[in-house]
Amino acid sequence: MTRALALLRGRLVGSIFVLLIVVIGTFLLLEAAPGDAVDAYIVSTGGDAGMIELLRHRWGLDQSELTRLANYLWALLHLDLGQSVTFSRPIRDVILERLPTTLILMVSATALSFGLGSALGIYAGARPGSFRDRFLSVASLALYAVPGFWLGLVLIVIFAVDLRWLPIGGIETLASDKTGLDRAADIAIHLVLPVSALGFIYLALYLRMMRAGMAEAWRQDFVLAARARGLSRRRIVLAHVARNALLPLVTMLGLQSAQMLGGSVVIESVFAVPGLGRLAQEAVAARDTPLLLGIILTSAVLVILINLLVDIAYAFLDPRVGGSEAGA
Amino acid sequence: MSRLRRFLRTPEALAGAILLAVLFAMALSASLLFPGDPQAIAGPALLPPFQNWSLPLGTDRLGRDVLVELFHGARTSLAVGLAAAATALVIGAVVGTLAGFAGGLVDEVLMRITDAFQTVPGFLLALAFVSVVGPSLGVVVVAIALGTWTGPARIARAEVLSIRERDYVAGARVIGMHPLEIAFREVLPNALPPVLAMSSVIVAAAILTEAALSFLGLGDPNRVTWGGMIAEGRTVLRTAPFLSIVPGIALLLTVLGVYLAGEGIVETTAVRRGLS
Repeated sequence: MTRALALLRGRLVGSIFVLLIVVIGTFLLLEAAPGDAVDAYIVSTGGDAGMIELLRHRWGLDQSELTRLANYLWALLHLDLGQSVTFSRPIRDVILERLPTTLILMVSATALSFGLGSALGIYAGARPGSFRDRFLSVASLALYAVPGFWLGLVLIVIFAVDLRWLPIGGIETLASDKTGLDRAADIAIHLVLPVSALGFIYLALYLRMMRAGMAEAWRQDFVLAARARGLSRRRIVLAHVARNALLPLVTMLGLQSAQMLGGSVVIESVFAVPGLGRLAQEAVAARDTPLLLGIILTSAVLVILINLLVDIAYAFLDPRVGGSEAGA
Repeated sequence: MSRLRRFLRTPEALAGAILLAVLFAMALSASLLFPGDPQAIAGPALLPPFQNWSLPLGTDRLGRDVLVELFHGARTSLAVGLAAAATALVIGAVVGTLAGFAGGLVDEVLMRITDAFQTVPGFLLALAFVSVVGPSLGVVVVAIALGTWTGPARIARAEVLSIRERDYVAGARVIGMHPLEIAFREVLPNALPPVLAMSSVIVAAAILTEAALSFLGLGDPNRVTWGGMIAEGRTVLRTAPFLSIVPGIALLLTVLGVYLAGEGIVETTAVRRGLS
């Protein structure tokens, strides 16, 4: 366990370096954007050249680039992402308001794609080369080729426009005064389509990984040993083959988190879900670059945290990681 | 020749090859079959498909010919997909080779930068890049490559790490070749096969990302794109869903074709390696 902790500490130090590079990257993009915070402010409020000069000086924008980068880092250390011109509020507050929605969407979609994907993967991988294996393999490839935003539109056409089973978009019924469980149920119904659209795309990935991992595991000696011991096929598949193929999928969960955050941008736009992704699109439409970069930084922190969690989970699941006391 | 025959014998690979051949034919013949502006008005607005045989797939909200737009959109999708994937593979191969061959601090710095690019959602990065620099075909290509070069870089590095210990690299050192020359003339070409094996996945991802960017209105405004057509059709989704559905199917078949053909190529080369 102590070595697992040391491993984690090493990851944490590495993550700080990575985050620093991301911050410098966003700073460079901010610098490259036409106009600065003062321009944006003057456009929305009005003011003369003297005012612009004064504001630039007060906000430290007339200083050298290195000083500005230092100021930017200093502000970020205090969790200050600056002011959003479009919302006339601190960027941090706007992001924190939208974050929970995106997290619910991501967690549900991940549960769907991981759960159903690995289950179908086990089903296909239990009999490699069989008809169902080949069929699921091609079907998952086709699913992987579907553009997420288009799948969302098709789901809307079928389930919201034609069948009228589910709401067309949004996160809850507006001005319904629902509270408690009623409200939770309302949100859940609104999330069915966006979660399906986001989750089904990545389902294919877990299915294919599971299947490939199982094909690999079938060739191992321990499967032969299990057969020699006369274990039932069902037990061999579940306890030996699938179990060994499952571990790489856990790592994939962390790696996929960045992809899924990116995917939620379009899905949230399609379904008008007021989350972080939709906010990113609003920031682009309003040319609010500081807000957009704030979202990117938040996503990077989120991805790093998720990967740390996955590492911890992995250390618990795989006794070989970090070296158990018995082995050392 | 036998490799080609083996490739065409698997039904999946054959289907992929046919899909890609149709797509390339559409892209190459777009200006021959339908010269002139693809965004010109061709008939009454919102004509459903299969009603009028001079406008087989009908017209969109502004009366533009959907079939013509589909052909010209194939060109954009293919051009952006291939260019972005090529850019990503070149950046990845160069960064991976430098990191793996130089080792030490250079390796450490380059890999942390790779980590940073993998931490930021690629689509958000592309979104930010296009919105800061402004939408044009070249910018979209670079924006997509920014989010996809990290995979090839990691694979190239891993391959270079094993190659740099080989005898012919030591030989090149002995005859006094410059380290950069060894890295790019001796090591890189030998590290390429596993990197190139990724290209179908990268082309597919690039095509899908381009479509998503255009869907959000960040594509080149002067070109017809399938993503843009889907976004355009979305405004009349209740009355004319086919306007969004048709270009989406084209997109799906394209990406599927790339996957199937790519998998066929990898499988045939794997079989060849296994036999030899």
